Amino acid sequence: MEMETPTKRRRIKDLNFWEKIYVPEIIKGLALTFRTMFKPKFTMEYPEVKFEPTGSYRGRPVLVQEENGVERCVACGLCSRVCPALAIEVQAAETELEKERYPVKFEINMLRCIFCGFCEEVCPEEAIVMSKDYEMAFTNREDAIYGKDKLLIPVGKLQDRIGFLRQYK
Amino acid sequence: MPNINLDGKTIEFKQGQTIIEAARDHGIEIPHFCWHPKLSVSGNCRICLVEVEKMPKLVIACSTLASEGMIVHTKNEKVVAAQNAVMEFLLINHPLDCPICDEAGECKLQDYAYKYSVGESRFVEEKVHKDKRVALGPRVMFDGERCISCSRCIRFCDEIAKDPELTFVKRGDRVTIVTYPGEEMDNPYSMNTIDICPVGALTSRDFRFKARVWDMSSTNSICIGCSRGCNTEIWVRNNEILRLVPRHNEDVNSYWMCDHGRLNTFKNVNADSRINSPQIRKDGQLIEKSWDEAVNEAVSKLKLFTKEQIAVIGSAYATCEDNYIIAKFAKTVLGTGNLDYIRHIDPSFADDILRTEDLTPNSLGAELAGIQPSKSGLDIQGILNAIKEKKIKALYLVEDDILEAFPEFENAIAGLELLIVHSTNHNRSTALADLIFPAATYVEKNGTFVNVSGVVQRIHPAISVVEQDRALDGMSMSRLDKFGTKWDRWAAGKKINALPTWKILTSVAKAMGSKIKFNMAEEIFAEMANSIDAFKNLDYDVIGELGAKVKSEISNNVKVS
Ligand code: SF4
Ligand code: SF4
Ligand code: SF4
Ligand code: SF4
Repeated sequence: MEMETPTKRRRIKDLNFWEKIYVPEIIKGLALTFRTMFKPKFTMEYPEVKFEPTGSYRGRPVLVQEENGVERCVACGLCSRVCPALAIEVQAAETELEKERYPVKFEINMLRCIFCGFCEEVCPEEAIVMSKDYEMAFTNREDAIYGKDKLLIPVGKLQDRIGFLRQYK
Repeated sequence: MPNINLDGKTIEFKQGQTIIEAARDHGIEIPHFCWHPKLSVSGNCRICLVEVEKMPKLVIACSTLASEGMIVHTKNEKVVAAQNAVMEFLLINHPLDCPICDEAGECKLQDYAYKYSVGESRFVEEKVHKDKRVALGPRVMFDGERCISCSRCIRFCDEIAKDPELTFVKRGDRVTIVTYPGEEMDNPYSMNTIDICPVGALTSRDFRFKARVWDMSSTNSICIGCSRGCNTEIWVRNNEILRLVPRHNEDVNSYWMCDHGRLNTFKNVNADSRINSPQIRKDGQLIEKSWDEAVNEAVSKLKLFTKEQIAVIGSAYATCEDNYIIAKFAKTVLGTGNLDYIRHIDPSFADDILRTEDLTPNSLGAELAGIQPSKSGLDIQGILNAIKEKKIKALYLVEDDILEAFPEFENAIAGLELLIVHSTNHNRSTALADLIFPAATYVEKNGTFVNVSGVVQRIHPAISVVEQDRALDGMSMSRLDKFGTKWDRWAAGKKINALPTWKILTSVAKAMGSKIKFNMAEEIFAEMANSIDAFKNLDYDVIGELGAKVKSEISNNVKVS
């Protein structure tokens, strides 16, 4: 097969006269800036103004807390098993409640979590869902491990996501 | 031998075998729930249906005798349809409990649902509800909804434990299992029903909800509850033992083990009473020291006594390798013939199923490895008396609690000038010890035990101590072990700073100028095989996972009790 001869690239030193004096280019740039100044704004003044995502957003995974204060989770460990980043640790124990089994310990290591949502997808109880919370900052490894205290969120606050899941999952 | 044709393959069978047995002997598994190789045939679950040519209907392989020239199909369309139908029936009333069911991951019903069913249910009605969480006895929990009424548990109690305790009541889809009125399921073998229950209807109250099976590793081992030496698997997560289950060995324990062995032989491993560093007594207080300091202390103290003033006590809880080094250390390094071990005999523990009256795993091995007084030396009773008479002033006690066994000698032993103890946990003897070496337990080392009938069996480390690394030392690893880092709480399980007795003793011996040197338990066994007749021609590979008999004339001559 015959090789194609590479077309000669235009190089900096090949700029034409108008390009070489820069002025028209600067005017073009300023014109763009000027036009944009009068268009509607779509940036936000974070953190003074917060971004409120829709139900399809995958923020940090949280545990659904029923109205009576009990977590839905039955500590089956499937989320922990499916998590590709091994972020979740669940320790089951027995409860007198009808569900028999509950997580005495539930920890998500937010340094490991990759926000894939697999835990949410595998959960047989709709007990772990992706929230709208994207604000996570820590200064050491220990603080990145979220326990039940941080994970349990009342079901009322998670309606957007649960609605989204019921519609599309 | 007569033949049958199984799926186009001609296989031999023994006269009187059923189709399922003949197939199994040739490595072909016909699905089954209720059939068990060691129980009578019940034929109630119907999943083993096969087609036999010239028979009008499908037959169950577990109760149909194989006969010459039979042509059997286990995979044709008719059989597959029948298996699917049986699965559909079994699942009609089966609860969706897998998320809270301890059996999940090792459940025959789950597995067969994948293998033998199309996975669709036509049943939309309300499922039958039955009692859940019923304690059948102190150790076994029953869930009526999960039970598939295979009757394995009933037959086990009747036929193996020889203690009929369970029965079916009610009929049809309401049938369930109960204990006889006024009875509990508390026979000494009751927990085997958990293993043979094909579903999660029977679960262990001890292990209940502790871990998912897929998060644990399993290591082959031997029970130390008595001298039967039942073959076991040790299930571990995050360097903690969570359960023991029996492992099949037809020559030793078949498929079973007793509840005592299953529950009471591992709890000390992670207990707070574990000794976590060498300790030396100073002004009545035990102080933690480094291994080197402790070894040097042992050497300088032992040198203060003559051979006649020293006695050594080996252990029927320690391995053959440990005991071989103990004997060698006593005879060649300390030069004493005052050497024996403590017997733990309880005739009330024995039965005619598995349990023996000797409550240690390795009496025979200890004796074969050389734990016996020399001709002029003292045996255990002699040693105790000599301690009382203050003729013996220094005692080297390995992996046993002499005070627990002989509480009447408490004052005598307290009067010893030197008591060195190897121990896994604190006990009455360590409370008096001048120097303690933390010993690795049987789940933390390699070695061998010789059981009551002279079978040498291997143990493997399942828990790692400080000096071990699961990956580098070839220990079995769970998924969590493989991927965990030191920052993951689920992988940072506690490690004890202990060593196997033979290792401790070789360092003490070395510090005393001896040439005893071994790097691995296997090397010790190789030397034993060379120098001890009973172990001739044996090595770790020959022993394998199912054990090997020591030369029988020898094991018959050694009387343990
Ligand atoms: S999968 Fe759901 S129910 Fe199971 S442990 Fe995770 S959150 Fe709990
Ligand atoms: S017995 Fe098996 S199929 Fe039934 S709930 Fe338990 S794991 Fe699931
Ligand atoms: S409890 Fe288990 S072993 Fe007993 S009949 Fe039910 S399924 Fe079979
Ligand atoms: S019979 Fe003996 S060896 Fe077997 S499980 Fe029981 S205690 Fe252990």
